Amino acid sequence: MDKARTSSRRTSPRLWLAGGWLLLALLAAILAPLVAPQDPLAQDLMLERLPPFWLDGAEPGYWLGTDSLGRDLLSRLIFGGRIAFIVAFAAAASACLIGSALGLIAGYFGGWADRIISRVVDIWLAFPPVLFAILLVAVLGTGLSSVIIAIAVIDWTRFCRVIRAEAMSQARMDYVESARIAGYGRMGIMLREVLPNVLPSVVALLSLEMGIAVIVEAILSFVNLSISTDDPTWGGMIAEGRLSIHQAWWVLVFPLTTLILTVLCFSQFGEGLKARFDPVLR
Amino acid sequence: MSATAKPCLEIRSLSAVLANGQRVLRSVSLAVQPGEVRALVGESGAGKTMIGKAVLGVLPKSVRIVEGEMIIEGEDLGRLDAKARRTLIGARTALIPQDPLTALNPSRRIGPQMTDRLVRILGWSGDRADSRIRQLLDEVQIRDPERVLKSYPHELSGGMRQRVLIAAAFAAEPRLIVADEPTTALDVTVQKQILRLIAELQRDHGTAILFVTHDLGVVAKISQKVSVLYAGKVVEEAATVDLFASPQHPYTRALMLATPRYTDPYASLKPVDETVLAGLAAEIAAADQAWRPSHG
Repeated sequence: MDKARTSSRRTSPRLWLAGGWLLLALLAAILAPLVAPQDPLAQDLMLERLPPFWLDGAEPGYWLGTDSLGRDLLSRLIFGGRIAFIVAFAAAASACLIGSALGLIAGYFGGWADRIISRVVDIWLAFPPVLFAILLVAVLGTGLSSVIIAIAVIDWTRFCRVIRAEAMSQARMDYVESARIAGYGRMGIMLREVLPNVLPSVVALLSLEMGIAVIVEAILSFVNLSISTDDPTWGGMIAEGRLSIHQAWWVLVFPLTTLILTVLCFSQFGEGLKARFDPVLR
Repeated sequence: MSATAKPCLEIRSLSAVLANGQRVLRSVSLAVQPGEVRALVGESGAGKTMIGKAVLGVLPKSVRIVEGEMIIEGEDLGRLDAKARRTLIGARTALIPQDPLTALNPSRRIGPQMTDRLVRILGWSGDRADSRIRQLLDEVQIRDPERVLKSYPHELSGGMRQRVLIAAAFAAEPRLIVADEPTTALDVTVQKQILRLIAELQRDHGTAILFVTHDLGVVAKISQKVSVLYAGKVVEEAATVDLFASPQHPYTRALMLATPRYTDPYASLKPVDETVLAGLAAEIAAADQAWRPSHG
C-alpha cells in the first residue's frame, strides 16, 4: 500500500503540467501591464497582420504577430487572460457554492428537500445552456458581472447533481449511522462527516467548471455579449480572427489554442487534485 | 432473573411495518439484564438487525414502528421527545457495526475521529478523551497506538479497524452495546480474536450486549441468553446452555442441524426442513390473524 502511494505521488505529471500552464497564464494575467510587450489596444495600420516571429516579415517585439488593426496578439492574449481568469474564478466559485450546498442538502436529507431541489434541477437542465446564457446577459445587460452571474445561474446544476449523488451514497454509509447513534445533530453530521468526503469531487468539479466558465465567456464574447468590445477577450479575438482567417491564420489560431489549452488544463488539474485529495485514491 | 433488577434494555411487543404494510417485526419482546450478553440469532431477513436499529433509533425511513415499547434503563424511548431520545441513546448505548470498512469516516484520521465524540457530545476535555482512547486501544491490544491514531481508515486492515471500532464503542462506558454481526465481514482467523476481545471487554466493563448474529457457534461462545428469530418473530427464547442442550422449537433444532461441526466436518449440512418451514408459516399466519383485528 505504501509503495502504491509513493508511486502515485511521483507520477502525476498531468497535475504538474496542467498546474504549470495555469500558473504561468495566471501570473501573466495578473502582471499583464508589466509583461505585455505592447499596449493591447494600440492600433497601427502600418503593422497590420504581421506574422508570428518565425515567419518572414515578422517585426521584433510582436512575437505572435498582429491582427487586422495592427494590435499585438500576445499582448491581447495576456490582457484577455485577465478577464478569462476573473470570470473563471468568480463564476465557478459562485456556481460551486450554490450547487454544492443544494446538492449536499438534497443528497443528505432526502425526502422533500431532495424532491424540490431535484425538480428545480430538472427544469433548469431543460434550457439549452448557451441560449440561456445569451438570454440572461441580454436581460442583465452586458458587462463582467452579468457574465459571471449568468454562468453561475446556469451551471450550479452541474455541482448540484454530482454532489447530491455523492452525498446520497455517503449518507448510507455506516459511519453516518454511527455518528447519528452517538448523538450528533443532522446538520453537524452533514458538515463534519459527509462534506469532507464529497470535497474531492467538489474540487475536481470546481476546476472543471473554471474551464467551462472560460468557454462560456468566450462564447458570449464571440457573439459580442460579454464585456465592452474595447477590452480584449479571447472570445472576441476568435471572432475577429475568423474574419481574416484566409489572410492571417494566426489571428484566429493563437487565441483558440490558448483557450483550448487553458480549458484542458483546468479539467486535468481538477482530476489530478482529486486524486491527491482523496485519502482512498491517494 | 430477580424482579428487583432493572433490565438494561427491555423491548415489549415491538411491531414494525414497511410502507406497503408488510410486517417486519412481530410483537418482539426481550430483555437484556445489566452486564448480560443476549444473542439475537436468525437467518438473514429475520429482522435481527432491525431490532438493533430500532433500539438505536436509526431505522430506515421505510420502516415504521406501529406498536410496542423500548425501555433503556427504565426510560421509555417512546415517551421522550426526539432530542432527549438522541441524548439518552448517545450516552447509554453504542454500536459495534458489521462492516468495519464503511463504519469509519474515510476522510478523517482515526485519532480525531475517536476523541471527537467524547469531546463534542459528552463534553470531555481533550486530554481526558485522548488518554481514554489510548487506554482502550491498549485494551483491544493495538500495539502501536501512535501509528493507528494518525492513520486514515483505509491504511488499516479489517481486523485493526474492527478493533478500533470496539475500542470506540466501549470508550464512553455505555450501558448497552448493540453488536451487529461484528465478525461477519472478517477473516475466519481474525473472527476468533475479535470475538475474544469483545467478550473480554464486555466482562471487564460489565456492559450489556445485544449480539446480533446468524452464527450459532458465536452464540455458544459469547452469550448467556438467546432469542431465536424467524420472520421478525421470536420463536424461542432460552438461556444459551439450555438452548443447546434441549432446543424446544423445531426451527431451532433445524438451525442446529444446518451448522457445520468440527467433530464431523464432512457431514453434509441439512437445509431447514420443509415441514418445519410450513409449521413456521402457519405459526406466523396465526400470529398475524390474532394481531390484525385490534389494529384495523
